[in-house]
Amino acid sequence: MPEQQRTLGAAEVERLVEREYAYGFVTDIETERVPPGLSEDVIRLISEKKEEPQWLLDWRLRAYEIWQGMTEPNWAKVSYPRIDYDEISYYAAPKSAVADGPKSLDDIDPELRRTYEKLGIPLVEQQRLAGVAVDAVFDSVSVATTFKEKLAELGVIFCSFSEAVKEHPDLVRKYLGTVVPHTDNFFASLNSAVFSDGSFVYVPKGVRCPMELSTYFRINASETGQFERTLIIAEEGSYVSYLEGCTAPMRDENQLHAAVVELVALEDARIKYSTVQNWYPGDKNGVGGIYNFVTKRGKCAGARSHISWTQVETGSAITWKYPSCILLGDDSIGEFYSVALTANRQQADTGTKMIHIGKNTKSTIISKGISAGYGQNTYRGQVKVLPGAWNARNFSQCDSLLIGPDSGAHTVPYIDVANPDAQLEHEASTSRIGEDQLFYCRQRGIDPEEAVSLIVNGFARDVLSELPMEFAVEAQKLLGVSLEGAVG
Amino acid sequence: MTPLLQISGLHVEVEGREILRGLDLEIPLGETHAVMGPNGSGKSTLAHVIAGREGYEITRGVIRYGGEDVSELEPEERARKGVFLAFQYPVEIPGVNNTYFLKAAVNEIRKHRSQPELDAVDFLSLMRDRVKLLDFDEDLIKRPVNEGFSGGEKKRNEILQMTVLEPTLAVLDETDSGLDIDALRIVAEGVNRMRSPERSFLVITHYQRLLNHIVPDRVHVLQDGRIVESGGGDLALRLEAEGYGKPAAVPA
Ligand SMILES: Nc1ncnc2c1ncn2[C@@H]1O[C@H](COP(=O)(O)OP(=O)(O)OP(=O)(O)O)[C@@H](O)[C@H]1O
Ligand SMILES: [Mg+2]
Repeated sequence: MPEQQRTLGAAEVERLVEREYAYGFVTDIETERVPPGLSEDVIRLISEKKEEPQWLLDWRLRAYEIWQGMTEPNWAKVSYPRIDYDEISYYAAPKSAVADGPKSLDDIDPELRRTYEKLGIPLVEQQRLAGVAVDAVFDSVSVATTFKEKLAELGVIFCSFSEAVKEHPDLVRKYLGTVVPHTDNFFASLNSAVFSDGSFVYVPKGVRCPMELSTYFRINASETGQFERTLIIAEEGSYVSYLEGCTAPMRDENQLHAAVVELVALEDARIKYSTVQNWYPGDKNGVGGIYNFVTKRGKCAGARSHISWTQVETGSAITWKYPSCILLGDDSIGEFYSVALTANRQQADTGTKMIHIGKNTKSTIISKGISAGYGQNTYRGQVKVLPGAWNARNFSQCDSLLIGPDSGAHTVPYIDVANPDAQLEHEASTSRIGEDQLFYCRQRGIDPEEAVSLIVNGFARDVLSELPMEFAVEAQKLLGVSLEGAVG
Repeated sequence: MTPLLQISGLHVEVEGREILRGLDLEIPLGETHAVMGPNGSGKSTLAHVIAGREGYEITRGVIRYGGEDVSELEPEERARKGVFLAFQYPVEIPGVNNTYFLKAAVNEIRKHRSQPELDAVDFLSLMRDRVKLLDFDEDLIKRPVNEGFSGGEKKRNEILQMTVLEPTLAVLDETDSGLDIDALRIVAEGVNRMRSPERSFLVITHYQRLLNHIVPDRVHVLQDGRIVESGGGDLALRLEAEGYGKPAAVPA
């Protein structure tokens, strides 16, 4: 007879999951901002500040028109007070970063440099970080991009989106909105109308990008939203690994972050996209925190192309995102590896869509949800197989780990198969960190916090192992830190 | 000399139900004692309460370890003072590498004893040595802790942990159940090799057979929440032949 399972009580859990947010500081810097409110004029102003061509302004305005006729989606299992879109400022930028155009790495405002240093992202091309190129986005603008020249030698373009619009307008125009159209959904249309900065990556035919590319997003200004736009294009036979990270100050207000990411992989190309999301999650009572409402989609356009999404979502008050793959090319592969952690009052509704269109297309979904405190975690995913997708394969595994009696986990898989030949496998499990596991660790001398972190990391291992080495360690720490608390 | 473990008049409640009812037990340093008793008599409860498991409430009596009343200490604090429990039902920790887990444990304990932490190289050589001694399957140390281990493999893993952590008091809760004949001999040898004047064992078992391999200094019979009889190794033989019989009458 196995010993009785006792689950952890609320008080025990509260001690274990109390969290310290290490990135909650505010940078004191002079900011130029557009007054709150959304109108055609505001959009024109943003476009003008970025010195954009007419076609892009027109595209924004069309998106805005469509957005005005849309209603905010309410099907996700998240709840929050109505957002007043007229109370948000849609553009904020450090004055020093926008004056006299883009800067070289040496001319960055020292205050900004210090900020990124504090965040652990030194904006220098030093040896220690030789394997990683960084684009640093601060509120609505990119303030620096490292290793641009070195990458350019191989024909790899890595720059801010604004710069791409100026320097590579044909590429931007050719691909912008081809994966996530400006009509796609409420938040994507809003983003298309007001997007500010993000990163642009282009990897030419046959090139294997020699370093990790990464973007670090920082929200600093209050009462603003961040609407970044990222576009990654991998030409035939190329390879790129890209990673994004993000943080924001601790504030009582909720701030909206509505990003759009589009990936295009041509024949035999491979894109590996990783996210370590650590936006401010709000306090213990659910006051403040970022609303992270994001549309991410990749198109495996060419035969044998391959896109993998890996995400570690530990921050944000609310996360609403479904990084997806359109498997258009024959023999193309889509993957989604996700760890989402919700503690205190955090809510996450996240998952993926795998749309099988080409023949012999394969997709893999591994989702690990961890809920602690009053955290709510929903996996929502769709596997869709179109009539022409002969011999399609999908494997899905959705596991939930509950910590404490008040947390919740939900799994909502949608399956839509229109080809008789498809093979789909779905596994799901829900478990709790048992008092028995905790006692076992403690009996071996391990602290309770350390034990929880160990158990959580073990649970998330299959996803963490998909991250690039440099970031796996970081993410592992983050999962530990997110659950850290002083045991009395 | 004060015994290493000194339990007197111990009453323990679990979920409002009294399981231990006035238990007395003393184990001097360097001795190995066996505890036998019928199913449900409270043997595992005793093991857990020595290790400090939450939910096991001491309503009366005291547990002294090395002369100190440890009733209020957290499980990890007792572990760091050298208390080790080999679980009757070892727990699975999915995804956590067995070696990594044991290294974390060793270093937590060392840290709290102000000893330098072992680096990966030193730890691995320690681990290799113990793995060889116990004839332990190399593959198992790379797998997640107890996940998918057979019953016997789990028990052996407990002993592997014990030999690496080198406790002062090791409580083995039915470590022999589920072991095949060879494994039983190997585990017993592992225990015997560790016996020393500086270390005590409390061996909980249902089978006299184990005590042929690990010869105890004393044998105690736990029945109805208390020690009802104590004796030498021959007591185990007698129990094997005669059974426990009717529990002694318990005064109200
Ligand atoms: N959490 C609990 N709630 C209620 N009763 C419990 C609990 N834990 C243990 N018990 C009871 O306490 C008694 C003693 O259990 P214990 O596990 O200590 O027995 P044992 O002597 O180890 O038995 P076995 O030889 O079968 O391992 C049993 O009747 C058991 O059902
Ligand atoms: Mg027992």
